[in-house]
Amino acid sequence: MSAEQVTTRRATGVAGAVSILDNFGYRLQRVPLHILIIIFCAVWVIPTIGMILNSFRALPDMQAAGWWTTLFPPHGFTLASYQQVLNIEGMVPSIGFSILITIPATVIQLSIATMGAYAFAWMKFPGRNLFFIVIVGLMVVPIQMTLIPVLQFFKFVHLNGTIPAVWLAHSGYGLPFEVFLLRNYLGGLPREIFESAEVDGAGHAVRFLRIAVPMTLPAIASLVIFVFLGIWNDLLVALTFLGVSPYRPLTVVITGLVTSFGGGWQFLTAAAVLQMSLPLAVFIFLQRYFVRGVTAGSVKG
Amino acid sequence: VAGITPDQIITAVVAVVGVPLVLLGYIILGEQVIERLPDRIQGWIRPYFWALPAVGFATIFMVYPLIRTVIISFRNSADTDWIGWANYKYFFTFPDTLTSLRNSLLWLVFYTFFAVFFGLVIAILVDRVRYETIAKIAIFLPVPISAVAASIIWKFMFDYQPPGAPQTGTLNALLSVAHHDPVAWLVNSTTNNAALIFVGIWTATGFAMVIISASLKAISSEVLEAARIDGANEFQIVRLVVTPLLWPTITVVGTTMIINALKTFDIVYVMTNGAYNTDVIATQMFSQLQHSHYGRAAAVGVVLFLAIVPLLVVNIRRFQQQEEQR
Repeated sequence: MSAEQVTTRRATGVAGAVSILDNFGYRLQRVPLHILIIIFCAVWVIPTIGMILNSFRALPDMQAAGWWTTLFPPHGFTLASYQQVLNIEGMVPSIGFSILITIPATVIQLSIATMGAYAFAWMKFPGRNLFFIVIVGLMVVPIQMTLIPVLQFFKFVHLNGTIPAVWLAHSGYGLPFEVFLLRNYLGGLPREIFESAEVDGAGHAVRFLRIAVPMTLPAIASLVIFVFLGIWNDLLVALTFLGVSPYRPLTVVITGLVTSFGGGWQFLTAAAVLQMSLPLAVFIFLQRYFVRGVTAGSVKG
Repeated sequence: VAGITPDQIITAVVAVVGVPLVLLGYIILGEQVIERLPDRIQGWIRPYFWALPAVGFATIFMVYPLIRTVIISFRNSADTDWIGWANYKYFFTFPDTLTSLRNSLLWLVFYTFFAVFFGLVIAILVDRVRYETIAKIAIFLPVPISAVAASIIWKFMFDYQPPGAPQTGTLNALLSVAHHDPVAWLVNSTTNNAALIFVGIWTATGFAMVIISASLKAISSEVLEAARIDGANEFQIVRLVVTPLLWPTITVVGTTMIINALKTFDIVYVMTNGAYNTDVIATQMFSQLQHSHYGRAAAVGVVLFLAIVPLLVVNIRRFQQQEEQR
C-alpha cells in the first residue's frame, strides 16, 4: 500500500480529523519557538540594516526622523553622505593605508608562522614542549601588556609612526596563535608521507616546501581570512603606533571623526559602511572558510 | 593627514614578495649549510634554526615587553627612578581608575554570561527549525563587523533627542510609541554601561553560537531519542541531557569571552571614550599611555594581565590534556 493511499483514506475518516488536529496542535506548540527565533534575528540584523539605510539619506533627514521612514515613499535616498565622507581630507588615503597595513602584515606573519609550526610539529629538540607551552600562554596575553615597551622599541629603532612598525607589531601579536594552530594541523598530517620522503632522500627543506606547505593550504586559507580581517578591523594597535602619524588607517580616521564631531556625526554612517563592506563581502562569499577560521580561533583570547 | 606616496606602495610590495622569498632563501641556504655538518650537530642545531624567526618575533614583541612592562610599572613616568608600589596605589585608590575596575567587572560578568547564554539558547532553538542556516547567518552577521562600525550602528540605536523632539534613535522611538520619556542611554549612568555591554554581547553572540552549534550537532541523536522514549520533555532534554554534554564547549567559549571582556577597548573608546563613568581597564590604560604616564599605564596593564593569569593556566592545562590524547 502506498503512502498516498494511506493519507487519502485517513483524511476522510475520524482518525484523519484527529491527525490534522494533532498536527495543528504540534504547529501551535512551535509558534513560541518561531517567535523567539525571529525576535533574536531581528535584534541581530535590524541595527545593521537601519544604519546602512541611514547612510543613503541626507543629513537633515537623518536628524529629523529615524531610518524606518525610508521604508515608505518618499524614500529620499541620496549618496550625499558618501560624497561628504570621501571629501574629508585623508579619508580616501586612509583606505589605502588600511590596505598597505593589512596585506603585508598578513603575509609576513603567516609565512613566519608556517615555518615555525613545521619545526614544532616535525622536529624533536630539547625544550620543545616548554617553548610550546610558552606559546600557548602567550596566546591569551593581552596586547595592552606589551604596548609601552614595543612603542619604546620602535622609537629606539626609528620606526615609530611608520607603516612597517604596525606590520611588525601585528606579526608579533598574531604569531603565537598561528604557530599553535598550524602546528596542530601540520602535526595531524600522516607521518608515513614524511617518512617515505625522508627515505627517498628529501631533506627538511624539500619536505617542508613540497609536502607540508601544500597540504596545509586549507588551514592557511582560513587563517589568511581570519588574520586579514582581524587587522583590517583593528583599532588599538593602529591607534597606539599610528595614532598621531599621517598614515592612519580607516578605523582610526573614523574613530577620530566620531569622537570629535559633536552633532552632525550621522553622515559618518557612510564611512562605517565603507569600512565594513569588505569584511561583510568576505563573510558572504567565503562563508565556509570564514566560519572555519573563526571556530578554529575559539581557543584564542 | 598625507596622501599615499609611491615609496609606501613599493615598500609594501617589497614586503609582500620579499618576506616569503627571504624565508625561502633562509630555509634553502640554511639547510645547505646544516646538511654538511656532522649528524649529531645537525640534529641539535636544525630545530632552533627553523623555529628561530617565529620564536624571535614572539620574544621581541611579547616576552621581552611583558617583562619590561612589569619593570616600568614600578618606575616613574619619565622612567628615571624606582617608585615602589606608587603606580599600583594610584590605581587602587584613584576614583576614576576604581570606576574602570568596577566597569570591567561588570563586563566580565554580564558580557560573558549573556554572550554564552544567548549563543547556547540560539544554537538550541535554531537546531529545531528548517530555516536554521538563514537564522544562523543573521546572528553571525555582526561578527565580521569591526567594533568601530558596530559602535556607529549602535549610536543610532541609542540616539537621544529631548522629550518632544522626534526621536531618531530606534530604541527611543519605540519608547515614544509606548508613551515613555526618551532615555539618554549612553549618558545616563544607570543605563550606559549596560548599553555598551549589550553592544559587546551583540558582536560576540554569533561566535559563541557557531561553536556551541558545532558541538550540538555532534551529540548523537540516539541519546536524545532514548531520553524522549523515557518520557523526558524538550525542556528536560535541554537541561538534563544537552547542556551537560555541551559543558566542555561552554567552558571553552566562556574562557574566551572572559578574556575578551577584560580586554574590551574599541566599543567603549568609540561610543563614549570612557565618559560618564563608562571607562574600563583597557581604555583607562590607553588614556594613561596618551598622557605619557607610562608607569601608571604599565601598572594597569599588569593588573589586567594578573586577571588573565588564571585563564592562562587553564589554557595550558587544557593543552597538556589534549597532548596526552594525541
